[in-house]
Amino acid sequence: MTTAEIVDMITVVIDGFEVSVPKGTLVIRAAEQLGIQIPRFCDHPLLDPVGACRQCLVDIEINGRAFPKPQASCTIPVEPGMIVKTQLTSPVADKAQQGVMELLLINHPLDCPVCDKGGECPLQNQALSSGHSESRFQGVKRTFEKPINISSQVLLDRERCVLCARCTRFSEQIASDPFITLNERGALQQVGIYEKQPFTSYFSGNTVQICPVGALTGASYRFRARPFDLVSTPSACEHCASGCDMRTDVRRGKTLRRLAGEDASVNEEWNCDKGRWAFKYVTAVDRLAHPQIRNSDGELVQASWPEALAAAAQGLKASASAVLIGGRTTHEDAYGYSKFARIALNTNDIDFRSRVSSDEEREFLATHIVGSTTTYLDIDRADHVVLVGFEPEEESPIVFLRINKQFRKRALKVTSIGSKLSIGVEKLKGEFVKVAPGEEATAIAGLPLTAKSVILVGERASESAGVLSAVAALASSTSAKVAWIPRRAGERGALEAGAIGNLLPGGRPVSDASARVDIAALWNAPSLPTTVGRSNDEIYAAVNSGDLGALLVGGVDPLDGLNSTAALAALDKAFVVSLEIAPSEVTQRANVILPVAAITEKSGSFLNWEGRARKFDAAVDNSLNRSDLRILSMIAQEMGVSLNLGTVTAAAKEIASIGTWDGARATMKPIKSGKTESLKDNEFILTSWRRLLDLGTLQKGEDNLAGTARQCVAVISPKRAASLGVVDGDQLKISSALGAVTLPALVEDIHDDAVWAPRNSRGSQLLVNLGAAHGAVVTVVKI
Amino acid sequence: MAEIEPLKNNERDLTKVEFSQVDQPGSVGLFGHLKGFWVTFSTIFKKPETVEYPEVKAPTQERFHGRHQLNRHPDGLEKCIGCELCAWACPADAIYVEGADNTEENRMSPGERYGKVYQINYLRCVFCGLCIEACPTRALTMTNEYELADDSRAKLIFEKDDLLGPLRAGMLLPPHPMYPDMTDTNYYNGDVKQAHPSQDVNK
Repeated sequence: MTTAEIVDMITVVIDGFEVSVPKGTLVIRAAEQLGIQIPRFCDHPLLDPVGACRQCLVDIEINGRAFPKPQASCTIPVEPGMIVKTQLTSPVADKAQQGVMELLLINHPLDCPVCDKGGECPLQNQALSSGHSESRFQGVKRTFEKPINISSQVLLDRERCVLCARCTRFSEQIASDPFITLNERGALQQVGIYEKQPFTSYFSGNTVQICPVGALTGASYRFRARPFDLVSTPSACEHCASGCDMRTDVRRGKTLRRLAGEDASVNEEWNCDKGRWAFKYVTAVDRLAHPQIRNSDGELVQASWPEALAAAAQGLKASASAVLIGGRTTHEDAYGYSKFARIALNTNDIDFRSRVSSDEEREFLATHIVGSTTTYLDIDRADHVVLVGFEPEEESPIVFLRINKQFRKRALKVTSIGSKLSIGVEKLKGEFVKVAPGEEATAIAGLPLTAKSVILVGERASESAGVLSAVAALASSTSAKVAWIPRRAGERGALEAGAIGNLLPGGRPVSDASARVDIAALWNAPSLPTTVGRSNDEIYAAVNSGDLGALLVGGVDPLDGLNSTAALAALDKAFVVSLEIAPSEVTQRANVILPVAAITEKSGSFLNWEGRARKFDAAVDNSLNRSDLRILSMIAQEMGVSLNLGTVTAAAKEIASIGTWDGARATMKPIKSGKTESLKDNEFILTSWRRLLDLGTLQKGEDNLAGTARQCVAVISPKRAASLGVVDGDQLKISSALGAVTLPALVEDIHDDAVWAPRNSRGSQLLVNLGAAHGAVVTVVKI
Repeated sequence: MAEIEPLKNNERDLTKVEFSQVDQPGSVGLFGHLKGFWVTFSTIFKKPETVEYPEVKAPTQERFHGRHQLNRHPDGLEKCIGCELCAWACPADAIYVEGADNTEENRMSPGERYGKVYQINYLRCVFCGLCIEACPTRALTMTNEYELADDSRAKLIFEKDDLLGPLRAGMLLPPHPMYPDMTDTNYYNGDVKQAHPSQDVNK
């Protein structure tokens, strides 16, 4: 910690040992400092104390005056002169704990053999450590119907519940999704959901993880394994840029579940449901297993590795080539692609932004983001958080949890600039600055920020011209901190690795001669290409115009861009080498397919939005699949170039030796915001974002997860709804020149000129269906 | 008793260690030889203990630990609930179990869960019987069958089909529904005596 905080320390005696703890510390935590474990169920360090389970009873005496009865140590803060006797030294406390345990077990069913929690259950463990070996209860146990689905992915078994209220407190205090609550009273008290509203929280998986008994279990892990079957590996989440610490549990080479890991400075102990339950894509049956080459008849045939590598090398050498990588590569893999482009293909034509992007964004990233050090701690300390083109709950859920924590703790001020008020911003009681899509820049300019404010910019900020220029101007005039939070886990790492046309690794501008010399020396290359590389869309255009002949593509979905027709045409035309895990639009058009390892099969690291390295090891041992890095090295070898990046460790070492760039940074040319469109009666400006749970490639085959996705709707404002005669639930047809989507209407708080629809959900894949995502004029008709 | 001073190692002089005298048996004599041969001679007139295995198979002791069996409830549903406690108890890591959900269409056992995959590797099994002790539903017991040799490793990994007990009178082959108006507790209490006609889904 940089600033020394003055804290009052209080000394108490627990079981005869003195301990000094900060004022306000709960007795149960002070005991933990001494290594004294007091049994507990409801207590959780990140939730407010509630004293619901009564398992942590201890004897307490303050300045010689004893409490008449044992007290719950999870609700009482330490006080000077306090003497605490736990079950270890006080027979009274021990007897009280055994009594509570006996009462808790009265209605607890004896179904440990079929319970998923069996073997890792705090109730089992503590029944053995602090319970009677026999029950005196002779009556009939209370029974409930079991289990009931409280959502498609969470099952509730009310018989097993010990009413600790961890799940309900989590949902209310951490996720702000109070869809689950305690109903009834007395012996019939039970956890329940609202009749009309299912438990559709993006964070519901955490309740399963913190449930101290088997009352809440996950549908996808139900009866799959026992703790002793599983091999656990610490890992990092590959789904978004939040950078959650994770634990991957594997049984016989197959991932069976993933749990949130503990990292107080990033995800605390939480994660989102996508990170927890979307992992089956790795074991999907359609994984690519062997290299394939397109033969002279135009058919893909299986080939040996040497053949495929030779064909790839030959094709890439034959003409001018470019590199396209998706936003999901690890930092090391992205570095491999970056180095490969520069020294094997002798080009700066590389871009990791396989999505809607702009040149303004590229300049913004080079000037403001690469090497930036804004962190979660800055959100914790911020006086004002501004969200620009960023929907934290949908696009980076842990950032949402962190803002929410500060909002609940100290009413952190949140301002969201956009066209539609989102559920997440509503929960944060954020100030919603409503603008028409494309006019966000005008709203940014006048914001009253201080040096303690944080501007969180999403990847969608690139979709309106001038927004990033306005953010840059605001940041320099107010010295507020800026952070860029892309959706995908690999984008920040790829940026730092220089997998973009205007930057070399370590934030060195391509246009700077000394930066090029720096990197050329490191790579033992005579020189590096000098012209600034093409962007994503320019690369596709250059292929279509014949300037480029070959593409090296890794993990790209060409349908993620605005002009997917051009992208597909380019892939059809060029010689394509595809590094992929599963068949895709790219592999269908590829000339050489090289299968690569999925995230669970390789080690490496992601850089999250803070730029913090999130290292992980291979969860599945002995996989035959090789990482992108290894394959790139082999292709380079075939081309007669040495990458010297045989292993992830070698790459990590080389990256570490680059160091930060202290030379001149690139400057950003400010760009003016676009002009206002004049709209006819049934014309709207489209705006959209991707939902957390949608048709994303990494969520394939996760039916339980898809069951809690938010409803697909087209949102228009009350005023426009009235003029069109539309009420909630009417079918609206949104059409562009390219096509149309039809969705049920929802009348909500949105700019009068705008219509909102989910970008990539079932029945609403805007980039494919409409060829537009944000800022384009579309017609909306009631049908 | 006199105090014995323990010798410290560095004071020990190995050349002075005395070896205790061992009684060497002397000549056994003629009587000794006759006594020995008498045992052999008298055996000629005894009934031989030899069993002509494999033609003749002697019964084992009643509680002999032989091949395992997965038992059924009296209506044919499996007793195994796939809890893996046997696998957990196994000191030789010979048992592999995967549980799965019972559904209305596919019910293999009473209650929520059944053992979908059940394998015992007889190359590893030491027949200690800890798995039998661990089984909470008496699904797993041991038979007296001991002929467990084969000519390949793969054949000695027994699958669930190899281990399941036969269908006896009154049993129906699962999957089929539970006995009407009975819960899994009734099954464990032995209230189900045989299959009910309504359980026969093939009729």
